[in-house]
Amino acid sequence: MEALLQTIGLAFTLVFQPYVLGVMLMAAIFGLFVGSIPGLTATMATALLIPFTFFMEPVPAIAVIVTTVAMAIFAGDIPGALLRIPGTPASAAYCDEAHALTLKGKAELALGTSLVCAVIGGVMGSLVLALTAPMLAEFAIKFSSYEYFWLACLGLSCAVTISTGSNLKGFVSLLIGLFISTIGIDITAGHPRFTFGSVEMMGGVSFIPAMIGMFAISEVIRYIASPNSITAPPQQGIKHVFRGIGATLSQYKLNVARGGFIGAIIGILPGAGADIAAWIAYAVSKKFSRQKEKFGTGHVEGLVDAGTANNAGLSGAWVPALVFGIPGDSITAIVIGVLYMKGMNPGPTVFLNQPELIYAVFIVFFVANLALLPLGFLAIRLSRLVLKVPRNILMPVILMFCIVGSFAINNTVFGISIMLVMGLLAYLMEENGFPVAPTILGIVLGPMLEDNFMSSMIKSDGEISGFFSRPIAAVLGILVVVVWVIPLLRFLYSATRSGKPTAP
Amino acid sequence: MTLSSRWFSSSVKMLTAGCVLAAGLFVTPAFAAYPERPLTLIVPWGAGGGTDATGRMIGSLLEKELGQPVNVVNRTGGSGVVGHSAIATAKPDGYTIGVITVESGMMHWAGLTELTGKDYTPIALYNYDAAGLQVSADSPWNSAQDVIDSIKASPGTHKGSGTGQGGIWHLALAGMINSADISPDASPWVPSKGAAPGLQELAAGGVDLVTCSIVEAAALIDAGKVKSLAVMDSQRNAAFPDVPTLKEATGLDWQMAAWRGLAGPKDMPAEATATLSAAFEKVWNSGEFQEFMKGRGFGLVWKPGDEFAEWMEASDASLGEVMKAVGLAK
Repeated sequence: MEALLQTIGLAFTLVFQPYVLGVMLMAAIFGLFVGSIPGLTATMATALLIPFTFFMEPVPAIAVIVTTVAMAIFAGDIPGALLRIPGTPASAAYCDEAHALTLKGKAELALGTSLVCAVIGGVMGSLVLALTAPMLAEFAIKFSSYEYFWLACLGLSCAVTISTGSNLKGFVSLLIGLFISTIGIDITAGHPRFTFGSVEMMGGVSFIPAMIGMFAISEVIRYIASPNSITAPPQQGIKHVFRGIGATLSQYKLNVARGGFIGAIIGILPGAGADIAAWIAYAVSKKFSRQKEKFGTGHVEGLVDAGTANNAGLSGAWVPALVFGIPGDSITAIVIGVLYMKGMNPGPTVFLNQPELIYAVFIVFFVANLALLPLGFLAIRLSRLVLKVPRNILMPVILMFCIVGSFAINNTVFGISIMLVMGLLAYLMEENGFPVAPTILGIVLGPMLEDNFMSSMIKSDGEISGFFSRPIAAVLGILVVVVWVIPLLRFLYSATRSGKPTAP
Repeated sequence: MTLSSRWFSSSVKMLTAGCVLAAGLFVTPAFAAYPERPLTLIVPWGAGGGTDATGRMIGSLLEKELGQPVNVVNRTGGSGVVGHSAIATAKPDGYTIGVITVESGMMHWAGLTELTGKDYTPIALYNYDAAGLQVSADSPWNSAQDVIDSIKASPGTHKGSGTGQGGIWHLALAGMINSADISPDASPWVPSKGAAPGLQELAAGGVDLVTCSIVEAAALIDAGKVKSLAVMDSQRNAAFPDVPTLKEATGLDWQMAAWRGLAGPKDMPAEATATLSAAFEKVWNSGEFQEFMKGRGFGLVWKPGDEFAEWMEASDASLGEVMKAVGLAK
């Protein structure tokens, strides 16, 4: 016990140094900046930081990454709420909802909730990371392609649930997304599909430009098509960011806990990060809500779940990364490289040999997430300027940022073409009442679904029963089947009930 | 420095360089010494991977040597085809170079592109990682010979993973059993998006063996989840002295390795190639680079210019042979 306290004490002295806190502050500003610009993602911010971390000690190097990412994931909510453009993919799930709140004049509530939930989610995720890392990693490493296949099915079933309006149109939208995800070289056979001989198409449709196109460009096109019909967000000062947050949180305290839990668990699963955590948390929120019909119309409940989940997911992703060197998401994939470079080779040995460094990482997580509260508040205050800009100036500026973001992700003009085509597609879909969110989720989860299905079929020599051959896979599989069958049973039940009175 | 300020400063530098060049044209007919503006270094694989890490390290160190910014750009997708094409088809002026990997000699055999190693100006080979033979820690197999015997005894049941279909580690496995006179499809391949997901499958009990490099498996070997039975190399890996070579373990003379080198498009000006080679040699010999490569467990090797070209040609030919033998060539 004494040794543990001594280690934790040592870890504190490693973190609470002017240099470490100074670079964390700079990283925070960088993270808020990158996160709030659509197209510049938290992953990209991390990659850009790598050359700087070369020249740092292990603790500040990791502190810089943790801080940047936590800030960026929250900051992605700001353009999402104000302009309906998610700043990072992790905000895509509840972007429509947050924007609907802004249109109702409740931007303060949307952003305040996002911020406070992000902080709580971050702290919950950090707690999970600090207290249970080795144990949970032991569980997560048992997931093979069968389990991931069912997880992808669960996520896709969510897609239809979260869509607003008719389920049928939501399903069509999902299928469009799944189709788009098949473009490019498929990993199983190494064969190019729908590429028409173009080398660029072999790389597939990148998710980031597609997302920017579907959310932002469609909005720009709509503005051009009918500049006056768009209801401009009511002019509102964003002053009292925290007003009414206490009441909201106490009303939805269960949602906060659930969002944090879902986020941390999904983060821990290798290959699924903050963005997928947000989608699933949002869908779960809608499924179990007593006010389902309010979702999509500017209802804060889903925001609480998903806003908590994505920040919790960030910390969760570090669990398999630290314990096994297996990345929990694309950010930790980069982090593992940095850990190696700093001589903190991931694995259980680092917990034994350099416990003070591991505890320092945990402390950094708490500090970064708590610092989010004041810094995020400042960012929100500054962002109110955005709402004051007239639309005929704002729209070209948005277009410019979108082009930069789509280009930057792969440094290719092809990204801009993807963005424009997807924007046009999204505009046509929305004009005809098709929701775009399921398409986005289809693009995200399509490859995961297909790869794991193909791998599983190869492993089981084509036997479908393989999908139920392992305990965790069987449980997940049954869960998915239940989710599919329940609406059917409910339909049949109500059909027979309503049929009875008319029967003679 | 933020992204925008980096762009800003590089565009300012480009502008300045442009003005200097314009002024120089009037004053003296001679061109200013290469390099006079920022360079682009293309990495054909994603941010966060091994190739990206070495590319970014080389970029930041070259920047110091050349006195010009070197912008590292990831051009991912299409199993490396997109990025490799971007390097080969760039303007051969010495301002666009890139990291090329072993896949540059495989893609054309698979029928994905016409490109070969001959479409590049080789600068130098800097890294070489041999394939290993990894199994789960609780696997009944304790030697590479056990693995070979089991595959021979029950073809089709023991599955391998570690990269996509027809990827370098797939070839390592197929070539290994082919060299033991077993049909290459006796151990079916389960494609994965890279070594890490493949190792995850191995630890989860989804596949039986993973033939990625031993370096990529280091964390899981330390964690006691995975054991390495052999390296497919002419000598043992210094970091894992207890792991025998495949030849020591089984008598099979089979080697396979992934490699990375710096190259530019074909027909680069001789001056640019010479400057880059000299600068890169300094970088390779620097303490920072050596420490970085050893710290991450990357194998170090140095083969400049023509030696690199010969290496690529030999690698290309032997890969083609294996790919034909195991039925992956088109």
